[in-house]
Amino acid sequence: MNNLHVPEWSFWVMGLALAAFVGMFIQMVRRNKGIRRSFYAWPYTLWMIISTVVPLILIAYYALTDKSGSFTLENFANFWDSNRNMKTELLAQGFNPEELGLGARGTVNVDTLAYSMWMAFLCTGISLLLGYPAALIMADREFRLGSTIVVLFIIPMWMNFLLRTIAWMSLLEDNGLINTLLESLGFGKARLMYNSQAVLLGMVYNYLPFMVFPIYNSLSRQDARLSEAAMDLGANKWKTFWRVVFPISMPGIVSGITMVFMPSVTTFFIPRVLGGGNTEMFGDLIERTFLTADDWNVGSALSLVMMVLILLSLGLLRKVDPEGEGGSLI
Amino acid sequence: MKKTLSLVLAAMMLLALLPAAQADGVVNVFNWEDYIDPAVLTLFEEETGVTVNYMNFTTNEDMMVQVRTNPSAFDVIFPSDYIIERMVAEDLLMELDFSKIPSAEGILPSLRHSAYDPDDKYSVPYMWGTVGILYDTTRVQGEVDSWSVLFDEAYKGEVFMLDSIRDSLGLALKYLGYSLNTRDPRELKAAKDLLIKQKEDGIVKAYQVDETKDKMVAGEGILGVVWSGDAQYSINLNPKLAYAVPKEGSNIWVDGMVVPKASKNPENAHLLIEFLTRPEIARMNQDYIQYSTPVQGAIDLLGEDYLNNPNLNPPQETIDNCEFFSDIPPQFMTIYNTLWSDVKNARGL
Repeated sequence: MNNLHVPEWSFWVMGLALAAFVGMFIQMVRRNKGIRRSFYAWPYTLWMIISTVVPLILIAYYALTDKSGSFTLENFANFWDSNRNMKTELLAQGFNPEELGLGARGTVNVDTLAYSMWMAFLCTGISLLLGYPAALIMADREFRLGSTIVVLFIIPMWMNFLLRTIAWMSLLEDNGLINTLLESLGFGKARLMYNSQAVLLGMVYNYLPFMVFPIYNSLSRQDARLSEAAMDLGANKWKTFWRVVFPISMPGIVSGITMVFMPSVTTFFIPRVLGGGNTEMFGDLIERTFLTADDWNVGSALSLVMMVLILLSLGLLRKVDPEGEGGSLI
Repeated sequence: MKKTLSLVLAAMMLLALLPAAQADGVVNVFNWEDYIDPAVLTLFEEETGVTVNYMNFTTNEDMMVQVRTNPSAFDVIFPSDYIIERMVAEDLLMELDFSKIPSAEGILPSLRHSAYDPDDKYSVPYMWGTVGILYDTTRVQGEVDSWSVLFDEAYKGEVFMLDSIRDSLGLALKYLGYSLNTRDPRELKAAKDLLIKQKEDGIVKAYQVDETKDKMVAGEGILGVVWSGDAQYSINLNPKLAYAVPKEGSNIWVDGMVVPKASKNPENAHLLIEFLTRPEIARMNQDYIQYSTPVQGAIDLLGEDYLNNPNLNPPQETIDNCEFFSDIPPQFMTIYNTLWSDVKNARGL
């Protein structure tokens, strides 16, 4: 059994990046040229290499190799048929999977991914519907409480997201605050937690600010004279909104959708807390594959499939808004 | 000036990447969540001057992955019996030096020479217990003495299951009359089908591990699958609760203390194991976490209350009716893992 999962060469890549950084720095100081402006981009580039590029290479490496380290596409076949590795093992043990009723294609991985995409789609849609009007109100110059609402949106984000999610439990439980209230009003108890709806609620709650703020930014930067001009030219409020304000806020919307959709698809932990582990999302499935089943190869293949799907979805979004701010996030 | 500052900063970045120097007087402990009296650790630090770095895990399987990945990060680990067997098989454990653990003499004879460590070379028992059903006596119908209640639609939406692969498949296997350690895929498939049906019937409220005890105390469910110590902890807080080990049999287990071969502080590890095996310290831990202690001296200190409590000191016929987990090799665990994934992803709601 290989004790160290991470191949040694990944440390070499990080080391080389660091050496290049230090080398360039020393050379610049020795030449006494002063430090060029582009040099200041290096710490970030270095950070990117260590925390993004190297892990990506590692994921690709694990996804394309088996436990002994030789090249294989088996892991992707196992994504498509989640029973595949089990069937191989059953055959090795001298059992016939067909006779056991375990011969069919296992759809767990594909189904869970589809479910996660659907949940992310719902979460993004609801966030947009709730977030756009909120941003509109916050950006309204005549509305004095606008900046207060901005602060009210920001304050909860000072608290750790795990704690905020756990706090929802005491509201939604059978004997929680909401049910106690419902009961005292004579409505009886409702099953509010341990289902998909509770998970969706937790997601919208956690990700809504990421929708509101980009939209708020693009709205508050808008030149008020544009709307005034539209009104002067005879457009009513409704028309001004749809023909002027809304189209100009498009980059904010795209940016908001991107920032909500990405973490939504990869959500984990929330389904475990508010969904009680009944409704696993793809993030939970990946986590379990790595941390409980100890299968880094299949886990990496699952991660890679998800990343490609996210990139494809964001590519589609980019088509909607070719030069928008959302695109620059990818 | 600026250049000097930049150089210093660059040097600091380099230093930060070097592995932290191993300080003397540290012991890195990897234990289950809520599984020690924190005061015990303070006492240990005061007495020995050794600083305790305390880390938690939730299930044996999760712990095992972390230890395989980075065995030198831990000095004392608290795995269950079958995982100790696996760790020995993977040559991860150090043979303990029992001349440094004289208190180990006081371990109950019935817990020595167990199948997972037949020569008592690698582990010292820490706690032991059973798996059973914690139930709300005011809301159950009839007697709870069988796993069958977990599959009864009368308890729709009121059952907490363990989010732990061997425990949950194990209880289904026991209910069906099979061994917890089966390697027969037919029996495993039957257990999986039973658990999926239970979920699809809407009986399961949640799959969780450490949360169940507090949820049961708060009256959030009628039945919960728990370990005996969590049961006793809950009963102490809510006297309406009771615990039963089903008549079909269940799992009996021992959590031991082990030292990985790669440990950087084996001396301190031995110090801690000796400390935790002392009767008065074992008594403190028993009192706090409510599991059964393997230390005879601690039982003597606890007296009648402990001996007369069947949850802590189960009668011999219960013990005989229960089964230890034994190690399932990783290749075969693929089958367990895949079947469990099917259960976790069945869309019951």
